[in-house]
Amino acid sequence: MQPSIAIKDLKLAFGAVEVLHDLNLDVGQGEFLVLLGSSGCGKSTLLNCIAGLLDITDGQIFIQGRNVTWEEPSDRGIGMVFQSYALYPQMTVEGNLSFGLKNAGLPKAEIAERVARAARVLQIEPLLKRKPAALSGGQRQRVAIGRALVRDVDVFLFDEPLSNLDAKLRADLRVEIKQLHQQLENTMIYVTHDQVEAMTLADRIAIMKGGKIMQLGTPKEIYNRPANRYVAEFIGSPTMNMLDGTLDMEIAPSFSCDIATFALGEYGFAPGTVSGPAWFGIRPEHVESGEAAEAMPVQLDTVIDLVEPLGSDTLVRVRAGGQLLWARANGQPDLSPRQPLRIGFDPARGHLFDRQGDIRL
Amino acid sequence: MGKCRDIEHAPLRAQAETVLTDYAAQSRDGTGPRGRKPKKRLSGRNIMIYGTLFVVSVYYLLPLWVMVVTSLKGMPEIRLGNIFAPPVEITFEPWVKAWSEACTGLNCDGLSRGFWNSVRITVPSALFSIFIASVNGYALANWRFKGGEAFFTILIFGAFVPYQVMLYPMVILLREIGLYGSLAGLVLVHTVFGMPIVTLLFRNYFTSLPEELFKAARVDGAGFWGIYFRVMLPMSLPIFTVAMIIQITGIWNDFLFGTVFTRPNLYPMTVQLNNIVNSVQGVKEYNVNMAATLLTGLVPLAIYFASGKLFVRGIAAGAVKG
Ligand SMILES: Nc1ncnc2c1ncn2[C@@H]1O[C@H](COP(=O)(O)OP(=O)(O)OP(=O)(O)O)[C@@H](O)[C@H]1O
Ligand SMILES: [Mg+2]
Repeated sequence: MQPSIAIKDLKLAFGAVEVLHDLNLDVGQGEFLVLLGSSGCGKSTLLNCIAGLLDITDGQIFIQGRNVTWEEPSDRGIGMVFQSYALYPQMTVEGNLSFGLKNAGLPKAEIAERVARAARVLQIEPLLKRKPAALSGGQRQRVAIGRALVRDVDVFLFDEPLSNLDAKLRADLRVEIKQLHQQLENTMIYVTHDQVEAMTLADRIAIMKGGKIMQLGTPKEIYNRPANRYVAEFIGSPTMNMLDGTLDMEIAPSFSCDIATFALGEYGFAPGTVSGPAWFGIRPEHVESGEAAEAMPVQLDTVIDLVEPLGSDTLVRVRAGGQLLWARANGQPDLSPRQPLRIGFDPARGHLFDRQGDIRL
Repeated sequence: MGKCRDIEHAPLRAQAETVLTDYAAQSRDGTGPRGRKPKKRLSGRNIMIYGTLFVVSVYYLLPLWVMVVTSLKGMPEIRLGNIFAPPVEITFEPWVKAWSEACTGLNCDGLSRGFWNSVRITVPSALFSIFIASVNGYALANWRFKGGEAFFTILIFGAFVPYQVMLYPMVILLREIGLYGSLAGLVLVHTVFGMPIVTLLFRNYFTSLPEELFKAARVDGAGFWGIYFRVMLPMSLPIFTVAMIIQITGIWNDFLFGTVFTRPNLYPMTVQLNNIVNSVQGVKEYNVNMAATLLTGLVPLAIYFASGKLFVRGIAAGAVKG
């Protein structure tokens, strides 16, 4: 099956500053792709290139197999939703929804029908006669989504659509967007820097850094097998614990650092891994404490440094040698700073990265 | 563990509790500060502020007062010399004379001719210059076209070149295209000279509008004019008001271009006013002169009064981003 969106060797420079470097990306039919990355990594820029709102420096963009590299935004078969909603303030909700359709010269009856349908899907029917100023943030964002919806296009582009909303509303709308996607089954590219949004919504996540895609994969892949140290540390909260040490592959694979030395029998090595300096990463949720730690192959005696109760579980920062490590404990254990705590983990759940290139081993 | 923490915070908590009880006691017997903090009416600072404002307003309003009262007096009363005194006998004779009978060198039909000339100059000049400048500003702000930056720099430079430098070349230019001495020529001059500052005004306003709105309109398939008329214009009432005021008052008050580029029968009101006031025949009719001056100033004044609030809003909006 042909990809819904194909980006080939895309390059974009603002004057002398190159923001996107030879970027290649295929998005499948009906796929929900999330672009995730820290601020300034070029997510919006990439989205604007796909939409045709920025003139690209080099490369090609295909949408539904059609080369749209030189086409106007309105001819590309896309709908776009912006972070700041960007509703036309002088038009009613209905005017906002129908503006694009009027520009396309659609017959009145068809426009009315599409607006009514979008309003029904998004439950904004009672708001149709209001101006955007008389709407709440969540309602505005729904109208903005509606404006993309009425265009009846195959591809939706979202640029951080929820980041102006409060936490509760964001969670609600996130679910709605997911439902919308299941209902419409069209391709969506969704920019965010919220990893919860990324993990929950995405079929695949593309993690970007400095105008490059660091890893492209399903949320599980990204979480379980981060391709490099950047991805490993970007996904997960609190961030993955990193131990600086040496990998020894000579007889039996083992890793040694200043606080521990342990065997890596069960670890799934990449082919061709050799000895050398390396990082060993382990997620806080894979670090057990208390009784559960006793069953783990690697155990450490540490002192509690900081406790952050979250209700459902508790984050503990412990000090081991000169290192600070995060652990996530289930429930609400009775912990307080300066107490000793035994932690343990299974090295097979860890992640090894080459010290030179930060690449997964 | 819980115990340990309690011991640590015990002194703090004790302190907090005493503070709480203090407040409780105060509010119960109605003493202690509560509600809005009272402001002293007659503080030294207030006297200073209001005093200064009063003096400054008197300074500005006194000449206007003199003009109004003088224009309502007859000549004998004026000769008495009390220029600040209100008129004993109010007469509108000078206003009628200024409007329809005063002599301006060639003809004696008062300011009315100049008024209509000025209207015929100001209306098209203001409309043209504002329309063109707003489109310029919109193009510069939203459609990053090749050479746009250079164009803008030149335009800004143009705003700082003194008019006198360009007078003579402009005369030649108008003569060559056959518009010298006509109203159309003067309208063209006003439109051209108003361009830099008004374009700057509009560009700054349009860059202050969210860029995503423009992007959304493009995705919605609106073209250059579609976005201008249907998205940008409806959002720009304040800045159009500002441009209107700047242009109308500027063009209405213009004297230099009016004398240089037109013939006597097409002189704008300001030039006629000058001719009335400075005419050498006969006695100086101060009341007529004052009335004529007030008549000439009436249009800009009316515009300021009519659009004061919008004007301030527009100025503030345009100043957000440079
Ligand atoms: N018009 C421009 N001219 C020059 N540089 C720009 C321009 N627009 C963006 N950039 C630069 O391009 C880079 C990528 O910007 P972009 O807006 O795509 O980031 P982003 O990933 O969307 O970040 P955020 O999460 O903050 O929205 C940034 O370093 C930014 O400074
Ligand atoms: Mg962005």
